[in-house]
Amino acid sequence: MFDKLMDAIIQMREEEALELTEKLLEAKADPVTILDACTKSMEEVGKKFESGVYFLPELMMAGEMLKQISEKVKPMIQGQGEGKKAGKVLLGTVRGDIHDIGKDIVGFLLDVNGFEVKDIGIDVPPEAFVEEAEAFHPDVVAMSGLLTLAYDSMKDTVDAFKKAGLRDGVKIIIGGGQMSDKIAEYSGADACAKDAMDGVNLIKKWTGKE
Amino acid sequence: MKERWTTFADDAAKKQEALFDTWLSPKITFESPEAEALYKERVTLYKDAIQMRVPKRVPVAPSAGSFPIEFSGINWYEAMYDYKKLAYAWGKYHNDMDPDAFNAPRTIAPGKALETLGLTLYRWAGGGGLRNNQEYQFVEKEYMKADEYYDLIDDPTGFFINTYFPRIFRELEPLKKIPLLPPIHEIPMMPGGLIPFGMADVQEAFVKLADAGNEVHQWLAEVSKVTLSQMAKGRPGFSGGITKAPFDVIGDSLRGTRGVLMDMFRHPEELMEACERITPFMIKFGVATCKAAGHIMPFIPMHKGADAFMSQDQFKKFYWPTLKKLIIGLSNEGVVPQLFVEGAYNKRLELVDELPRGKVVWWFDATDMGEAKKTVGRTNCIAGNVPLDILCTGTPDDVKTCCKNLIDVAGKDGGFMMVSGAGVQGSKPENVKTMIDFSKEYGVYR
Repeated sequence: MFDKLMDAIIQMREEEALELTEKLLEAKADPVTILDACTKSMEEVGKKFESGVYFLPELMMAGEMLKQISEKVKPMIQGQGEGKKAGKVLLGTVRGDIHDIGKDIVGFLLDVNGFEVKDIGIDVPPEAFVEEAEAFHPDVVAMSGLLTLAYDSMKDTVDAFKKAGLRDGVKIIIGGGQMSDKIAEYSGADACAKDAMDGVNLIKKWTGKE
Repeated sequence: MKERWTTFADDAAKKQEALFDTWLSPKITFESPEAEALYKERVTLYKDAIQMRVPKRVPVAPSAGSFPIEFSGINWYEAMYDYKKLAYAWGKYHNDMDPDAFNAPRTIAPGKALETLGLTLYRWAGGGGLRNNQEYQFVEKEYMKADEYYDLIDDPTGFFINTYFPRIFRELEPLKKIPLLPPIHEIPMMPGGLIPFGMADVQEAFVKLADAGNEVHQWLAEVSKVTLSQMAKGRPGFSGGITKAPFDVIGDSLRGTRGVLMDMFRHPEELMEACERITPFMIKFGVATCKAAGHIMPFIPMHKGADAFMSQDQFKKFYWPTLKKLIIGLSNEGVVPQLFVEGAYNKRLELVDELPRGKVVWWFDATDMGEAKKTVGRTNCIAGNVPLDILCTGTPDDVKTCCKNLIDVAGKDGGFMMVSGAGVQGSKPENVKTMIDFSKEYGVYR
């Protein structure tokens, strides 16, 4: 039945995946094994994304399934802890920009890929990024922005990290509609993610998850 | 049911020619015979590019976006609330930079009208809750729920009146009470149909609409003045009217990105049916707004069909069928859809390369222009795509290198317009000026 569950997730059959989870739980299957099957499925979905078979909709759908299955399964494994997180990411849309969809998608994909994400919202001033980082100790700071005004906000935010003496302790990544490698260089960030999954993969690489 | 908008009509070319004539000879008074000649010369540059002839030179006009606001030293609050300042900013930008075409400030909506209606779909400077120097921004949410597809499909107009507007305009909440209209067609239904219009809150909503409408007329007076004065100086509009791809109507403003991506799995039939149902509206709206502007190219900003948002199969199934109908529907009325592809279409180029010659303008943001030239660019005009990162952070030399390359590659043998990849707000003024001046000089066909 685990194989069936994995197949349902990988082939985007949401209802079936949820029914199978219920059946497994009724049959007293080990909840941790169910979650492992989900993780393996997510890896498979990730591979299909890399090879260009799957796109953002499948990543989102797989994430949705994983969320729902986790919600069903997690109450059964209370006390066993949540397991080690893959890394900590501080995420926000930079000053002046209030767009949240790109940020939310990245946050969601990071979450379902095992990262601890702290989303500090939109229109976040550089000082607020630094304050949050001091409290949260992220491995990676991820800045989102759709508008060209975000170029300077990103630069100012990286500068604020430098000024606070925190720049060397974190990796900084940027992403959004008009972002590019040139803007990563301009702002002093370490990289620009060309899309949400590219961002997740870069962060995985940096945090040694891959 | 009969399938419509599946083939290009035989008389479409004739209709296109008639619209070009209207655009070429507007009923206005030019500043001078030279200005009139310049106007006609510029329209001809665009016409030749669209009809795939080699123009005298590459026409150039960055997408002004909101750049004129910062360039003229006013702020966003002033631009949205003081229409004279708005018109001044647009006049100054076009006079100083001298692009071949005019980008009207129609996207800078009057703040007070939005405020009167309590719009929540966007936030903006002033009454919209943003700081005075912040540009307006979209607030994406599920304004239509997944289980409401059939409300939309059964009666799109009714859905917008009864459900969508009350959700995005705080002050139009009472429109929920407006009855379904098609049943009101005989005397027994009439008293009942009129009851809501006698209710105080519904009447108040109509008063708000009237107030907002009056405000828009004040704004329009200034916008029209600057538009006409630019035309009188010899500068035609870059586009006229607007419409959208049906999938984006659903994905951008009704279901939201996340909602529409999930619907591809959870409600695929409803999603496709809704796109079909919206299509005639988008065709009629595009034709009407374009003709009202005396233009030929309605602006069509396209979002969720980009490479990063969906697979090729999903694009073929969900996005392209109704976009193609929109293109055919517009073309058959003589209109030339200005398809502004935000993001990239590198994977779509071959698929969408099935349109007859001289029907559309493909305006690209981040698509590879060399590949575009080899595919869609063989039959239709391509436009683009000086990137914003260069315009905002590069040097004039970077801009020249970029424009030279575009003219050499995308501009080869005509069929090309020089445009920026997106609105140029945030750009260095010297870079915008360089883009225009250099393209005029280097873009001459010899």
